[in-house]
Amino acid sequence: MLLIECPYCGPRAEIEFSYGGEAHIDRPGPEVSEEEWASFLYLRENTKGVLAERWRHAHGCGRFFNALRDTRTDEFKAFYEMGEKRPDAEKKEGEGA
Amino acid sequence: MVEITEGCVLSRLPASTRLILQGRQPALQAACGALGVETVPEMLCTAEGAGGHALRVGPFELALQPTGDGLAPLEAALASVPHSLVEVSNRNVSYTLQGWQAADILAALCPLDFSLAAFPVGMATRSILDKAGALIWRTADQTFHIEVWRSFAPYVEGQLHEVAKSISYNILTVQH
Ligand SMILES: [Zn+2]
Repeated sequence: MLLIECPYCGPRAEIEFSYGGEAHIDRPGPEVSEEEWASFLYLRENTKGVLAERWRHAHGCGRFFNALRDTRTDEFKAFYEMGEKRPDAEKKEGEGA
Repeated sequence: MVEITEGCVLSRLPASTRLILQGRQPALQAACGALGVETVPEMLCTAEGAGGHALRVGPFELALQPTGDGLAPLEAALASVPHSLVEVSNRNVSYTLQGWQAADILAALCPLDFSLAAFPVGMATRSILDKAGALIWRTADQTFHIEVWRSFAPYVEGQLHEVAKSISYNILTVQH
């Protein structure tokens, strides 16, 4: 079982949470093409490595938040609130990943 | 009131008023004021005022248990502040679980650490009891106030009884 750190409640067991998929996906406006809309709905990075993803503390404070998790090892790198920038954003650009 | 095992009594509590308030700090502050609670409790903490209890179960959320005057003072205090106040009195069923085995019994159904250091008196949080969501509030060293949704109550009660039956054979205990 994963130990997940809710930014509001602290570390809690995985079974208190529900998974929300990849984070930082902007919902486009209604004016976009069908291709762009399909990409918003269905296309994901499927990252091998550090992925920014959403979690919801469903059996707890009820809040959504984001986490960085290495999909190869399940190791969490960071937990951060909705609306905050991805904590490793600059490093990620530097790596050219 | 049922002694579910030696050193643990489960009591189903009578009907009471419960509300969930969602809002930002000014709303939480106004509601606390109406209950006679001076400052909004920190996350997972509780506070008692002349008008009832406030449980901080979320960053923008209080579970309120007013006594006496009911809803009117709360509604008056919140009238000018953006908020959502929902009465959940009928949704929930409350219990107290009391006795020296209470923490061990909860620990068998819930992944939280119920040692006094990790879950001190006055702490309240939502979590799960086996498969059902529950609000767990430690009101004394060996006393927990538990709330579950009404339709889950027979299940949770049953699970508490099951654990209590076997816990006398369990060599693991929560460190106090
Ligand atoms: Zn939480």
